[in-house]
Amino acid sequence: MSYGPMHRKEDARFIRGRGNYTDDVRLPGMLYGAVLRSPHAHARVVSIDTSAAEALPKVKAVITGQTLAGLGLAWMPTLSQDTQAVLATDKVRFQGQEVAFVVAEDAYSARDALELIDVEYEPLDAVIDARKALDENAPVIRDDLEGRANNHIFDWDAGDRARTDALFEQADVTVAQDMLYPRVHPAPLETCGAVADFDKVTGKLTIWCPTQAPHAHRTLYAMVAGLPEHKIRVISPDIGGGFGGKVGIYPGYVCAIVGSIVTGRPVKWMEDRSENLMSTAFARDYHMHGEIAATRDGKIQAIRVKVLADHGAFNGTAQPTKFPAGFFHVFSGSYDIEAAHCEVTGVYTNKAPGGVAYACSFRVTEAVYLVERMVDVLAAELNMDPADLRMRNLLKPEQFPYHSPTGWEYDSGDYPRALRLAMDMIGYDKLRAEQADKRARGELMGIGVSFFTEAVGAGPRKHMDILGLGMADGAELRVHPTGKAVLRVSCQSQGQGHETTFAQIVGQELGIPADDVEVVHGDTDQTPFGLGTYGSRSTPVSGAATAIVARKVRDRAKIVAAAMLEAAPDDLEWADGKWSVVGDPATGKSMAEIALAAHSNLELPEGVEGHLDAVTVYNPPNLTYPFGAYICVVDLDPGTGQVKVRRFVAVDDCGVRINPMIVEGQIHGGLADGVGMALMQVMAFDEDGNHLGASFMDYLLPTSMECPSWELGETVTPSPTHPIGAKGVGESATVGSPAAVVNAVIDALGPYGVRHADMPLTPANVWRVINGDPFRTDLAIP
Amino acid sequence: MQVPAKFEYERADSVPHAIELLERYGPDARIVAGGHSLIPMMKLRLAQPEALIDINGLAELGRIAVEGDELAIGALVRHAELLDSTTATNLFPIFRDAERVIADPIVRNRGTVGGSLCQGDPSEDLSAVFSALRATAVIQGPGGTRTVPLREFHRGPYETAVAENELLIQLRVPIAPGTGSAYEKVERRVGDWPVAATGAVITVRDGVIAQAGIGLTAVGAEHFCAPEAEEFLRGKAPGEETFAEAARIAAEHCEPHADQRGPADFKRHLAGELTKRALTRANLNVAGSATDPNVAGSATDPNVAGSATEGRI
Repeated sequence: MSYGPMHRKEDARFIRGRGNYTDDVRLPGMLYGAVLRSPHAHARVVSIDTSAAEALPKVKAVITGQTLAGLGLAWMPTLSQDTQAVLATDKVRFQGQEVAFVVAEDAYSARDALELIDVEYEPLDAVIDARKALDENAPVIRDDLEGRANNHIFDWDAGDRARTDALFEQADVTVAQDMLYPRVHPAPLETCGAVADFDKVTGKLTIWCPTQAPHAHRTLYAMVAGLPEHKIRVISPDIGGGFGGKVGIYPGYVCAIVGSIVTGRPVKWMEDRSENLMSTAFARDYHMHGEIAATRDGKIQAIRVKVLADHGAFNGTAQPTKFPAGFFHVFSGSYDIEAAHCEVTGVYTNKAPGGVAYACSFRVTEAVYLVERMVDVLAAELNMDPADLRMRNLLKPEQFPYHSPTGWEYDSGDYPRALRLAMDMIGYDKLRAEQADKRARGELMGIGVSFFTEAVGAGPRKHMDILGLGMADGAELRVHPTGKAVLRVSCQSQGQGHETTFAQIVGQELGIPADDVEVVHGDTDQTPFGLGTYGSRSTPVSGAATAIVARKVRDRAKIVAAAMLEAAPDDLEWADGKWSVVGDPATGKSMAEIALAAHSNLELPEGVEGHLDAVTVYNPPNLTYPFGAYICVVDLDPGTGQVKVRRFVAVDDCGVRINPMIVEGQIHGGLADGVGMALMQVMAFDEDGNHLGASFMDYLLPTSMECPSWELGETVTPSPTHPIGAKGVGESATVGSPAAVVNAVIDALGPYGVRHADMPLTPANVWRVINGDPFRTDLAIP
Repeated sequence: MQVPAKFEYERADSVPHAIELLERYGPDARIVAGGHSLIPMMKLRLAQPEALIDINGLAELGRIAVEGDELAIGALVRHAELLDSTTATNLFPIFRDAERVIADPIVRNRGTVGGSLCQGDPSEDLSAVFSALRATAVIQGPGGTRTVPLREFHRGPYETAVAENELLIQLRVPIAPGTGSAYEKVERRVGDWPVAATGAVITVRDGVIAQAGIGLTAVGAEHFCAPEAEEFLRGKAPGEETFAEAARIAAEHCEPHADQRGPADFKRHLAGELTKRALTRANLNVAGSATDPNVAGSATDPNVAGSATEGRI
């Protein structure tokens, strides 16, 4: 069930190196910016002397926090109702924090000048271990905030505590497990950056920047900088990966804008790899304590979770306002559970801000990891097969729409079918037999199962906004006289292939080839308002807007076709991509014929304007709930701790697939992410707050060598609320796969009595776990 | 954007010219060959040489050839060339084992053998390999050439016997009949530096080990070798228990430090585990033994198709 595979329209330019990324933008007279960053995790800024840097030839400006304070821009609002320093004025609060900005004639001079800026710091004790952030004697990081005497940000809970606790008290069996979903980083191949061009004559500010949310950026710039919104144009050109790390506004963007205003010339700033890893949005960093209550025969009754969330030095999490822990409270997962409750406490630490990134679906990743690990812990306790235990507890098709114990309304699904398909594809029983044979010979292999339910497509306006901006998306569709079309959308592709899939939606709705539809996106002067691409929301929201705007065009076309056929509109039917008189396909008028007529002198009924263009705004009635069943097989060498992923079956149900080729590509990427997170990725910090993963030598991305040949399967349960039944898929595999890999490794370690180990399961970690002496993966290895 | 500080660039057209340039620019000049360590350090401004002397045009440093009872490997031989050289890998399968797991194909196409050794990184794979092989470094300076045993080449982390006005030009590896070799490495991900790695070279005569070489990297082994374990092996018949005891000795004598690749106890464990595995495989490919599919002459391995006397540039 799909619109058919189609090569991406974008590929021609990307494959030939003809993409146009932010760093490809070159404007006449353009200057180059560079950011001076803090070497300390926590220190008072005593003084900054920029005179030597300013004296360097080719240096045009050196901007500090003091400069910005004069403009009221030293601090900026975050996406979570906090403030963040643009350039430090009082203190630095994480290693890599922005301290000064140099603008020079070329990138070399800008970089040379950084070494000439003399900053005197008075180092302070740093809060690195989130578990110590609320200690009584912990240094207070945010002494800039009125009346703040500790590092506490928020307490938040969801679900029914009393009912959950009551079920726990009566339960036959309860299990508990501490687990850390460590701090990771999406590490897009293209780092962040901006080209800012303020035109003093017109007063117009143009910003090229790889943002996933160009319209939100424009509005925020207007609100913060006091510039009129119609005088701001944000252009998000081709983006080399975003994964949520390019949703927010970074200090460097603001500095580039100020640099352009100060110098009167365009200013380009592109961060390097280490700057990207050290200062832009991290992901996860959830310290979780999970518990499950169940009957002796494996019926899960209740689940409860306590989370300590490390938000870094500024609460800059990008998520809907009402949800300080994102959608974490979807943690009851795919199971029929009577009651659930979670408590989340957010704390400040001396680390970079962020928290929602890396294809996490607003922390559904953490939720799925928690519940899928807990189910395996329960399976071990009950000595049950983890697939059987899941099958026993999965929601049944007849339970949909399902109201979860924490307030979600899952739209549709046939979960047992997906899990059965995955088990059949991988040959589950045979693998268990092989495992038993190998265990008898002392060899270690593991089989890991994970079942996930995603909550994507944020979201219904009444529940969801970001800084007061509702999460509805516009779409505009123009049909030219010859029947070719231009679709304008607010969301912004970072590699998802919107130019192809959205053209396919329009093509399907209008009966024209997808190649005849141009998709315009990423330029706020050219597109309608909408909140952007993240949380797998493009197809669920903007894709729905696209289908609806195309249907509006089709309805207009019906009136024109009726005039052409001298028939009443009610006598027409849409068949084979044409409007024709009911029962008389020979009368069919194609969209091209109708478009020409709509622009001609054809007489139209009273009140019909002509042309076929249409506009819409889509406010989703509910989220969409893609789901999937993943099974991973690993081989483990106990002598070295090395884990080899042998096989991985992924059965995904994302509703109707628009372009299966793109869907599969998205899943492949997400599965690789999952292997990376499970086995090698982590951003750890030493006790002084030094970042121990600040380059690709230390922060490891998986390669094809660590990935098996992915085996994909699908089921299709169309979304009942989405106009074409699609559910979104961009993050499914990243959400679902880490638990499958970790469960497989823990399963392999069964003979050692191991029930849990934290990611990443590096050789050292696995070996220490085998030896009963695990280390904290988020701190320096002692 | 990462940009290096200002530097001069000179291209050497001969070894004497390179040495002359080194003398002219003094201690702040650096030789650039493959550039895969130096250039990133310059971009990060951890290194700010005043001048780079580019030796990539010196074809005479790019040869691999058997000369008498030694294998000569030019300092400018690329990792990929060493991997592809059946002359080298047939004689010493340890080269194939190691080069397959050094960085990635793109780095191996540029990075050089000499550059790897001169960088002197305490986790360098080839340092362990040449140490295990008891190779000799040939170094040229204003006064001519001199030789330094590889086991005296490294003076500490990032420090070597090559003086400021000298150039490493060649490695010479002794060839002995009845020799087998192998390399074992544990890395967090393909292309990563080793958590720990071990090379083993054994020469078996009359059923006993006449000489053993054990190279260790990333575990704080002085000169990248394990002399106590080597001494233990001398004169013993190869076998599982002997290798296990040698491995235990090797592990005992190294001094690993914890970093994000692993804690010290794990690295020490790996030093032993990998020594045992490398010795076992080295013994399997001792010339004349046909039990290892990697050994020279196997018809199924496309890497061993070349002539044993080929010279490469």
